[in-house]
Amino acid sequence: MKPNDELLAKIEQIKQGGPEHYRKRVQAAGRLLARERLARLLDPGFGVEDGLFADAMDEGNAADAVITGVGKIHGRTVCYMANDATVKAGSWGPKTVEKILRIQETAANLRTPMLYLVDSAGARITHQVDMFPGRRHAGRIFYNEVMLSGLVPQICLLFGPSAAGGAYIPAFCDIVVMVDGHASMYLGSPRMAEMVIGEKSSLEEMGGARMHCEVSGCGDLLVQHDQEAIDAARSYLQYFPDHCDNQPAIMPATDPAKDPQELEQLIPSNQNAPFDMLDLIERLVDAHSFLEIKALFAKELITGLARIGGRAVGIVASQPKVKGGVLFVDSADKATRFIALCDAFNIPLLFLADVPGFMIGSKVERQGIIRHGAKMIYAVSEASVPKISVIVRKVYGAGLYAMCGPAFNADATLALPTAYIAVMGPEAAVNAVYYNKIMELQGDEREHFIHERREEYCRDIDLYKLASHLIVDAIVPPFRLREELINRFAAYASKRMTNPRKRHGVMPV
Amino acid sequence: MRVVASPMAGTVARLLVQAGDVVTVGQDVVILESMKMEIPVQADMDARVKAVKVSEGMFVDEGSILLELE
Repeated sequence: MKPNDELLAKIEQIKQGGPEHYRKRVQAAGRLLARERLARLLDPGFGVEDGLFADAMDEGNAADAVITGVGKIHGRTVCYMANDATVKAGSWGPKTVEKILRIQETAANLRTPMLYLVDSAGARITHQVDMFPGRRHAGRIFYNEVMLSGLVPQICLLFGPSAAGGAYIPAFCDIVVMVDGHASMYLGSPRMAEMVIGEKSSLEEMGGARMHCEVSGCGDLLVQHDQEAIDAARSYLQYFPDHCDNQPAIMPATDPAKDPQELEQLIPSNQNAPFDMLDLIERLVDAHSFLEIKALFAKELITGLARIGGRAVGIVASQPKVKGGVLFVDSADKATRFIALCDAFNIPLLFLADVPGFMIGSKVERQGIIRHGAKMIYAVSEASVPKISVIVRKVYGAGLYAMCGPAFNADATLALPTAYIAVMGPEAAVNAVYYNKIMELQGDEREHFIHERREEYCRDIDLYKLASHLIVDAIVPPFRLREELINRFAAYASKRMTNPRKRHGVMPV
Repeated sequence: MRVVASPMAGTVARLLVQAGDVVTVGQDVVILESMKMEIPVQADMDARVKAVKVSEGMFVDEGSILLELE
């Protein structure tokens, strides 16, 4: 055979991936092969692949079960790795690891987003000495992810398993998209757990996609099939620059999907009644631009990317209809991560606050709500992107701080006329300050006294009084809020500030 | 046993269902009061209420069983 023909034949064969019956099984299940995923993820017409001939001397190990290369998404250069689950179940051999390390190094050199399409049974234990402990072994993949973290966007699409050490690939990414019913990750499999600790469980219970998106918070987006994960990655990337020294691209502006005039009716005058903050967001942001992150986790706080007037923003919003919008350990963690993500990549932050405060009680104290809440406030403080805080309704105590109150370098604190800013609500405050006096009184006299004190309290924290003290920068009617935000974020786009130089802070964790 | 559990510590403000009622996913079944807020609690499955395990005014902790379902 001529050398050229031999080469083309070998390339063709390796690109087939694993044995035919594995490929057929994947397709019969309505799922996509690794190269099909890449073909749909990446723009057509451009692509360079590295390491196709990895392990080529071993016939049954096409490309050592991973595809690595450089492609384009929306015309932007990206680097990728994709496990091929038809080749030895997508498991890692020594060349798999080396290929991943090299494409990560490429992403760092080129300063491009790095995408991880994960579908792997884990490391081949028989090869451990050549791939587990050493300097250029599996640990280095995670080290590289940490070095890349915040330098370039790192996106994980979890199509199948990512077991044991492999679970750290998603863990270090900025966002993890998981395919329901197929994606899984755990440090120890159910089989291992039964043997080593005696626990009996199922795959879904131990590390299923839904569990991670609803309970552990390790997953960010739950999708129903491979194509949806691919669409999510392409959408997500549009909110981000290629690397940390660029700004996100501005898109053409579109009007909100629902009428901003309706904002007024949404917010109940009774401070204690729930309403759906997502309805408010829908009337504020460009139509169909809201990409919610961790929608199924810690639902009392909403985090998501959106566009306002074509400009990407990161939204951190209370959700009063879940747990009263009170902040818990998980909501503090969720907010911290999202704030850090936006700040890493020059995405301005919008806080929509309607929060009674952090949860109290012995249960949450034992969970360390103090240090988790401090972590959120740390992230808010450290963020040097433009920050606008909108006080939608009530904001009490440390809730004001956590939602970027005035002391936290918000570029502006805006209040709606329904805003109510206090250290705590009138009932709790009066009860705290006047407890002894209240106990001395009886019946109608007590009622009257309490009522008078509450009225007095409300006058003390009257919004116009706070505004007259320059506590808030502006009071904005709801129907004008969108325009106000468009103008302010446009003006703040040139903001450049740096925090005091030091090695790094000691973040509460 | 399938249950509706309390999402957070607080007191039972209002019971919206009783034993024998049929409930659907997302339906408000109990209103709690916590942190001075009204906290609606939803059923997360279609089921019949087997038993109401709490009464109005009672303190419940996070995870306390409010309703038993079948």
